[in-house]
Amino acid sequence: MATDNRINFWRRNTKVPGSVQPVYGAQHPPLDPRLRRTYPKDTKPKFNNLKSKKACSFHEFACSTNDAWDIDDEEDDNFCGTPFSASFTPSVQIDLQNWVTNQVFSDLESKYKSLPKTRNKYKIKSCQNNVNSALAGASAKYHVGVPLNVGKTNFLSSSANPCFLSSVRSSLQKQQSLPVRPIIPLVARISDQNASGAPPMTVREKSRLDKFKQLLASPNTDLAITEELRKHSWSGIPREVRPITWRLLSGYLPANKERRELVLKRKREEYFGFIEQYYHSRTDEHYKDTYRQIHIDIPRTNPLIPLFQQPAVQEVFERILFIWAIRHPASGYVQGINDLVTPFFVVFLSEFVTEDVENFDVAALPLETQRNIEADSFWCMSKLLDGIQDNYTFAQPGIQNKVKALEELVSRIDVDIHNHFKKYEVEYLQFAFRWMNNLLMRELPLRCTIRLWDTYQAEAEGFSHFHLYVCAAFLIEWRKEILCMVDFQSLLMLLQNLPTIHWGNEEVGLLLAEAYRLKYMFADAPNHYKR
Amino acid sequence: MGSDEAYNFVFKVVLIGESGVGKSNLLSRFTKNEFNHDSRTTIGVEFSTRTVQLNGFYIKAQIWDTAGLERYRAITSAYYRGAVGALLVYDITKHLTYESVERWLKELYDHADPHIVVMLVGNKTDLESERSVPTEEAKDFAEKKGLLFLETSALQSTNVEAAFNKVLEEIHKKVNSKEVVRGSINAVTLNSSRAESQEEEKKPCCKNI
Repeated sequence: MATDNRINFWRRNTKVPGSVQPVYGAQHPPLDPRLRRTYPKDTKPKFNNLKSKKACSFHEFACSTNDAWDIDDEEDDNFCGTPFSASFTPSVQIDLQNWVTNQVFSDLESKYKSLPKTRNKYKIKSCQNNVNSALAGASAKYHVGVPLNVGKTNFLSSSANPCFLSSVRSSLQKQQSLPVRPIIPLVARISDQNASGAPPMTVREKSRLDKFKQLLASPNTDLAITEELRKHSWSGIPREVRPITWRLLSGYLPANKERRELVLKRKREEYFGFIEQYYHSRTDEHYKDTYRQIHIDIPRTNPLIPLFQQPAVQEVFERILFIWAIRHPASGYVQGINDLVTPFFVVFLSEFVTEDVENFDVAALPLETQRNIEADSFWCMSKLLDGIQDNYTFAQPGIQNKVKALEELVSRIDVDIHNHFKKYEVEYLQFAFRWMNNLLMRELPLRCTIRLWDTYQAEAEGFSHFHLYVCAAFLIEWRKEILCMVDFQSLLMLLQNLPTIHWGNEEVGLLLAEAYRLKYMFADAPNHYKR
Repeated sequence: MGSDEAYNFVFKVVLIGESGVGKSNLLSRFTKNEFNHDSRTTIGVEFSTRTVQLNGFYIKAQIWDTAGLERYRAITSAYYRGAVGALLVYDITKHLTYESVERWLKELYDHADPHIVVMLVGNKTDLESERSVPTEEAKDFAEKKGLLFLETSALQSTNVEAAFNKVLEEIHKKVNSKEVVRGSINAVTLNSSRAESQEEEKKPCCKNI
């Protein structure tokens, strides 16, 4: 039954951490389910349930946290050092308090099995004293405020000790012997570390970096070198050389070393010339709608990453998008294009930042550096969009075609999935539209997008052509989960909220390999995948 | 997430209106009791469900939250198909979003079922001090056009349940009264196992588009 399937789906993969939480309006990066829980809906929803849902069902919550919590001892050291609690919103702190509370409850549950319980509520009146003392003990142990009066919803809002997480987790580790993976903070790390949290430089990675440096240092950077660079970039670009490699691969920076400085200077001046010429017109009758839309979209672009809440950064994005929009009247500004600035901005910024890009204060950089990052982001984004502009023109024919192509491809490579969708009347447009419009940026953490774009820029027409195969491979990746869903609702909820929060270079690498395999089989042979 | 239990009806409801008026948060408030200051722009269509109990029936509301931007209209018009209810949302602090209501109505009637139940929703009442659309004016307009009307605040949770429930109620009434020809409204009866329900006829499978 759908019920069992759904429950089983959430619990099935004990090796995979966390339960999947819907990400409506798509917070990006997708919320880490272990730090920010939503409760499963009560099966009989209460009307006017204005209280925080967090208070309602301990039993349900305890059940929903049965799946793996990932712990990595190494990470504890990092966390204790950083102002971790500062990055926790109060609601996260409360969630953690809840978690602690409910660990206590689930422990008690096994002791007090005879207690009456309704389907939703867990009545513990008879052992209130025991519970309270257990909670007090937990409170002291985990340095969190927990309610000392069961049934009340006013949790103590003690500030979370930065290190309490580690003590919480280490106790968990004793309870559950599960594969250890790093906890990714609420704000996903943008660095290109592997998800396993391994140190950034293995021997292999070091040799790759050396190779890149060698290629980039070559005095005659002609086309042959560029092709070498492209070939190596396909498998991922080391963080240190990504800014320059991206500029080269996109064609923004000329291959010829001697011309580079001149070209950069010229392009950057040209961009700021546009600003001078056009930016003031954003209040004109003709352009103010465009500007208004951009203006309300920027704060909603990367809302969970502090970097993008800085006014200086938001202004950069506004300028880039406005200038691009008015210079491309065939499409103008379309929601989704705002996301496409982000990877360039982050990568070009990373050249000047050693650790935490997402918390970096951009205003600390010299003004000229800021301007260069802005101009380069504009031009590289323009080049990207040149290849896919029909995604955004009226009626968005590019996207419609791509979704159709995806459907045809999937019907060939995975007839089970295809028939499953048909059976439950799921249309590809209903989930794949966003995949095409935002180049999978809404389905993946930012660090994965950046890795993906290494390959897209190495490929010829990567953003328009290879992307199709990546989408197909991405869909098939979830075939087990998809086939488990046996009604329209749950299928669509799954497809719009795929659990990729923990993805890193490894997962993206596998995805790309599969996409490459598909492309090898089907590209330039349209009859292979036409029905 | 949707309810696990059996339900008697599935009603497809769409949320439409200008960009930034609060559709996504109305949805998350209703289906998850959450308001998100950090929500992103809706791309294409996003989807959520909630099952409510009305007059002894379990009704699964299948709610489609659409992007407000003009450019997406060609895509999103596909999503009107099979919708039996709509919440047309504007922002009470931005008069412009109210002015385009007529345009949205036209689009709705161009693409959706003629019997669709529509509620005009003035959102963001928590920003009363910045109000630019008088309640009475909107109320009169709604009456004139035969629309339901409520003002809500997704942030404070005011009237959100009431808005959705009212729409679902009205849909249910229409379905029950058989004032519509069977088949022209895509409501599906799935399960009449509840003891007190009348004999429900099985309707053809709903279109989920």
